[in-house]
Amino acid sequence: MFMRGLKRKCFDGEEDIEGTLAGIKAIPSYNLQRQSLLDMSLVKLQLCHMLVEPNLCRSVLIANTVRQIQEEMTQDGTWQMINTQSTGQASLDRLVSTDILCRSSREQAEGKHVPGYSTFNKDFESDHAQDSSETMSTASSVQAPRNLQTNMWEMENPQENKGNFQKSLDQIFETLENKSPNSVEDLFSEVDNSYYDLDTMLTGMMNNTKMGHCDGLETFSSPTTTPSNSNCKSDLNELDHIVEILVES
Amino acid sequence: SLAGFGNLMQDVLWCFSQVKGTIDIGVTEADIISTVEFNHTGELLATGDKGGRVVIFQREQESKNQPHRRGEYNVYSTFQSHEPEFDYLKSLEIEEKINKIRWLPQQNAAYFLLSTNDKTVKLWKVSERDKRPEGYNLKDEDGRLRDPSMITTLRVPVLRPMDLMVEATPRRVFANAHTYHINSISVNSDYETYMSADDLRINLWHFEITNQSFNIVDIKPANMEELTEVITAAEFHPHHCNTFVYSSSKGTIRLCDMRTSALCDRHAKFFEEPEDPSNRSFFSEIISSISDVKFSHSGRYIMTRDYLTVKVWDLNMENRPIETYQVHDYLRSKLCSLYENDCIFDKFECVWNGSDSVIMTGSYNNFFRMFDRNTKRDVTLEASRENSKPRAILKPRKVCVGGKRRKDEISVDSLDFSKKILHTAWHPSENIIAVAATNNLYIFQDKVN
Repeated sequence: MFMRGLKRKCFDGEEDIEGTLAGIKAIPSYNLQRQSLLDMSLVKLQLCHMLVEPNLCRSVLIANTVRQIQEEMTQDGTWQMINTQSTGQASLDRLVSTDILCRSSREQAEGKHVPGYSTFNKDFESDHAQDSSETMSTASSVQAPRNLQTNMWEMENPQENKGNFQKSLDQIFETLENKSPNSVEDLFSEVDNSYYDLDTMLTGMMNNTKMGHCDGLETFSSPTTTPSNSNCKSDLNELDHIVEILVES
Repeated sequence: SLAGFGNLMQDVLWCFSQVKGTIDIGVTEADIISTVEFNHTGELLATGDKGGRVVIFQREQESKNQPHRRGEYNVYSTFQSHEPEFDYLKSLEIEEKINKIRWLPQQNAAYFLLSTNDKTVKLWKVSERDKRPEGYNLKDEDGRLRDPSMITTLRVPVLRPMDLMVEATPRRVFANAHTYHINSISVNSDYETYMSADDLRINLWHFEITNQSFNIVDIKPANMEELTEVITAAEFHPHHCNTFVYSSSKGTIRLCDMRTSALCDRHAKFFEEPEDPSNRSFFSEIISSISDVKFSHSGRYIMTRDYLTVKVWDLNMENRPIETYQVHDYLRSKLCSLYENDCIFDKFECVWNGSDSVIMTGSYNNFFRMFDRNTKRDVTLEASRENSKPRAILKPRKVCVGGKRRKDEISVDSLDFSKKILHTAWHPSENIIAVAATNNLYIFQDKVN
């Protein structure tokens, strides 16, 4: 969804090194971006618990998005266990079948370049340049270990992840049903109290509605970035901590 | 005159007429307009805001001396419809924000409207008083009781004229029927009943009965963990009192007939457009969620609004819309950012003009869009103080998508996403529109020749 230009190279089905490099380059970055979307979604859902009255429509839409990502990651995880050697055509087909696209395929064929989109892409490229260069150096040698490594996280606990997601979703809908006032406290008992600060901080962020090329994601990843709400600088480190917990869970 | 773009081969020219609200830089949250609605004759225009207030404007009589003033709207009545409440059982605040206002057709001298917040619907009576009784026997002019022993004569009180006073009184309060947030109310064509819809249920009320309502739709799953779809909007058919539609967060519309069963869980018709696989992304479902559904005045069509488009459906064709209009397709590549800042969840409304030939909806940067269904032409206009000179013609705006930006164009990245036009209204028979821009209400009219 995010890797428009690179993905197109994949879809061309180039069998040479360049094409394969592009193919491999696409996979980790795509996973990272998808992971970021997942993290963002989970944080949004957690915030729902803290609001005066959670907006059920919004919560349902976000939860469905989380489920979609989860399903795809489970599929991808399983797939990469099996297909370690023939990453060429098979992997490309697999990417096609997941159909994660932001633009129409007609636009893809025309090679249309959407400025804002590529900037977003670039942010990730610069942040994860380290990953990319690593990938490129190992590409020509052995693909299998790299694929396994990147998917170790996914493979380790695919069931656990699934369980955790489901648990989060269950908790969310239970809370939304508002069985009892205590349910909200139960939710918080697992979480650091700095979540209350998270609300203030992210409310400030969400009020900053200019197009910032997903500045928010950068804020999540780098504590040194200044948020729009200057009251919350001290909370950023706590926010990092929380996001770490979410990623590792 | 009936509205219509392209009458006599001429486009309608929209002019600024009035703006209501303050110009302050800082917007008080309570002043943010949350709903706008003309009554059935267009004589009255009501707004509801986040602070729970309703303001009704009345169109002044057109004067021969000042023909260019074309009936301006002035404040007629202001009242506090809903107050903030606290639900002690759930430890949650209930917002006083007015989600919707719907007028009842006028049947006597008084005006009636329904206003609702998340939980409670109220029927308000707005009436004029221009006479008052004088000469009571037991009370003096100030209302103080007179000493009965001091009364020596009897008189008949008389009605004397007074300054016009407009009173709003709550006539009915329809409460405690919704567990979830009310998103729609709709008056039935029988004028005796109306419905209120929340995220999971739709209830049917009789205007005279406040302690009971009939549940006609319930999509709550037995296990809340299985919840994947909610009701987003609902409306009665304008002529058939047994028919209504409701839309969902998955981009579907169901038409129900209340004659078939008491609980309308099984739809009579199901409208859904097949997904375009080439446009699939993680955001596909979110942008397909329908934020508004409106019957045409004729009752033959329904219009739906999702995040990027407006669609017109023929009631006789369920498998796809007959018309699709792109509101701001340049946002398609920005969906990730719009998801991050929550703008992707903004609920835009849409409206028909009186003759069902033009449809209108809002966008960002205080832009709003009109689509002429006959000529297939569309226009983008802006509600801003800069274009607010009396009878100034609104200049069409254009968003530059890529490449070279022309002089008058604005680039996508310069759009102000905090300035959103979610609520608009179109006069039932004339080319007069009301556009809510945060805390300001703009009224535009077509150019008088």
